[in-house]
Amino acid sequence: MTRDDAGADSGTSPDEGPADVVEHVSGTGVPVRGNDVDTDQIIPARFLKVVTFDGLGQFAFFDQRFTDDDEEKAHPMNEDQFRDANVMVVNANFGCGSSREHAPQALMRWGIDALVGESFAEIFAGNCLALGIPTVTADQETVEAIQDWVDAHPDGDLDVDVANETVTYGDRTVDVTVDDAQRKALVDGVWDTTALMASNADATQATADSLPYVD
Amino acid sequence: MSEATLYDKVWERHRVDTLPTGQDQLFVGLHLVHEVTSPQAFGMLGERDMTVAYPELTHATVDHIVPTADQSRPFSDDAAETMMRKLEENVEQAGIEFSHPDTGDQGIVHVVGPEQGLTQPGKTIVCGDSHTSTHGAFGALAFGIGTSQIRDVLATGCIAMEKKDVRRIDVTGELGDGVEAKDVVLQIIRKLGTDGGVGYVYEYGGPAIEALGMEGRMSICNMSVEGGARAGYVNPDETTYEYLEGRDRVPEGEGFEELKSYWESIRSDDDADYDDVVEIDGDALAPMVTWGTTPGQGVGVDEPIPEPEALPADKQDTARNAQEHMRVEPGDTMEGYQVDVAFLGSCTNARLPDLRRGAAVVAGKEVHDDVRALVVPGSQRVQKAAEAEGIADTFRDAGFEWRNAGCSMCLGMNEDQLEGDEACASSSNRNFVGRMGSKDGRTVLMNPQMVAAAAIHGEVTDVRNVETTEEVTEA
Repeated sequence: MTRDDAGADSGTSPDEGPADVVEHVSGTGVPVRGNDVDTDQIIPARFLKVVTFDGLGQFAFFDQRFTDDDEEKAHPMNEDQFRDANVMVVNANFGCGSSREHAPQALMRWGIDALVGESFAEIFAGNCLALGIPTVTADQETVEAIQDWVDAHPDGDLDVDVANETVTYGDRTVDVTVDDAQRKALVDGVWDTTALMASNADATQATADSLPYVD
Repeated sequence: MSEATLYDKVWERHRVDTLPTGQDQLFVGLHLVHEVTSPQAFGMLGERDMTVAYPELTHATVDHIVPTADQSRPFSDDAAETMMRKLEENVEQAGIEFSHPDTGDQGIVHVVGPEQGLTQPGKTIVCGDSHTSTHGAFGALAFGIGTSQIRDVLATGCIAMEKKDVRRIDVTGELGDGVEAKDVVLQIIRKLGTDGGVGYVYEYGGPAIEALGMEGRMSICNMSVEGGARAGYVNPDETTYEYLEGRDRVPEGEGFEELKSYWESIRSDDDADYDDVVEIDGDALAPMVTWGTTPGQGVGVDEPIPEPEALPADKQDTARNAQEHMRVEPGDTMEGYQVDVAFLGSCTNARLPDLRRGAAVVAGKEVHDDVRALVVPGSQRVQKAAEAEGIADTFRDAGFEWRNAGCSMCLGMNEDQLEGDEACASSSNRNFVGRMGSKDGRTVLMNPQMVAAAAIHGEVTDVRNVETTEEVTEA
């Protein structure tokens, strides 16, 4: 059984109240290998015909995970040993393509709380941040070593330390990179930018008034 | 960091504050809204008891799910009808102007904004769609955003962003016959990689860019995001001003002159500093086609498909998988690759000049027996203009289906989809596996003339060897 929508109940959803501090994420990992994994793979467009994000978890990587007859294919997310994983370990340019927030929403609702990878597409990383999901990066060798370790230790604990920019697995701690703004936003719990910016309404209006094209 | 570029200037003019995260709070001058990525954002707004801060700077249309054949309501697809109703309800409640199909102004959001003059130089423009980068063609800073950010913009009129580096891309020389803006951008992505633009905004310039009309510039900026750059722009010039003058949302007379002096002021200075500069040789370009499943996997139509081993190490696995999916062999060219479908449409290439160039290739010829070919105009206005010019008839007479405006097969969210392992010659922007609605479908990206030639010959064909009936208008 998948943990569909577990993320929605865990308090990480921004529409459920004030932002929380995300200093680190602990749990077990799931490796999803390959470069240039695009958002159409993460969630095919046919599942975007919805007006809420509810229930999207079951469609994460759908075409990679299921045949036309809805039978399971070989994919790490279908393996029992990874079904409780909350840290996805990926390769380069993950999340390229469309701006659909449905992609990180689907991963979050499947159960993912953090991503470790070689690199992420910008809009995807921004969407993750808006959900309080860190996207931390490291070089290819480091990431592949973590993927190999996760494969060998599906129950092993991983700790993604956003504040200190490290990932700890087994008896190893490796340095990773967290984008400055992302780190600050998560560690200070200010990744919900709506409230932050709404408090600047006067300055916003002043900026609007200074622009020649705003009436 | 860059200095005195258009990006620096427009950013500074719109900066409201620096947030505790270190991000800047930027004022948004135009927020474009469509049915797929907005309903959840409106929902979040309601939950927080907030209202739309700047409805007058917001504009909506419907494009992704709208059927292009039978558009009568209710739509035959219940999910599409639900999304449409939700959008109608949300924009009505918020007082947001809506280019609804009933107005004759509906279309792909990135076609509608420019053609109505909503898109202007020196604006910050956002939309919940990655191809918002299109609007950079006018010298606007235009970014695709996610749904939580749409909520930010609806609620506050602002977006939180970090400043990026600026890479200047100079395209020298002159584009040859059959070579278009689309080929320039496919070459840029091939050269710099699908993630080469991460951390950058692209400034396109040089003689080959300056010679392009606005539609060609839009095709290039549109695909910035396929190269990893969240935004791309061209400095505004006389071509830009001529395009804008007389459009619905552009003031006339003195108002126009006032705006024009603002537009001139935000152009990059001649001695602006860039974080990186890249040169592309426009003279050397051939019509491009993709052989794989990322937009970076392109070659000239007469050039061999690369050996995966000859590519950078991190691209080799992707290339091997792509070649298997596409069933192509390294060493072969894409010429002669059999196609089942020809799709002329999308926010990259469905504006009037794109359709004109395609029509010039098909005029007096017939679509190949084994090909299903469709033209999906970018907007109702494009559709109407093309019908008035006779272009629609040219396509119909040749055996193309002439459809109503929408995103259509580009992402297969309506009825227009590939079936099984069909191969499609497409003027769209993404050849991702599954993108056009079938996970076994195969997409070959190319310019509109090349799509037209493929439709006629049933295979990828070098349009430079195809006789055209009229002079092909400039890209």
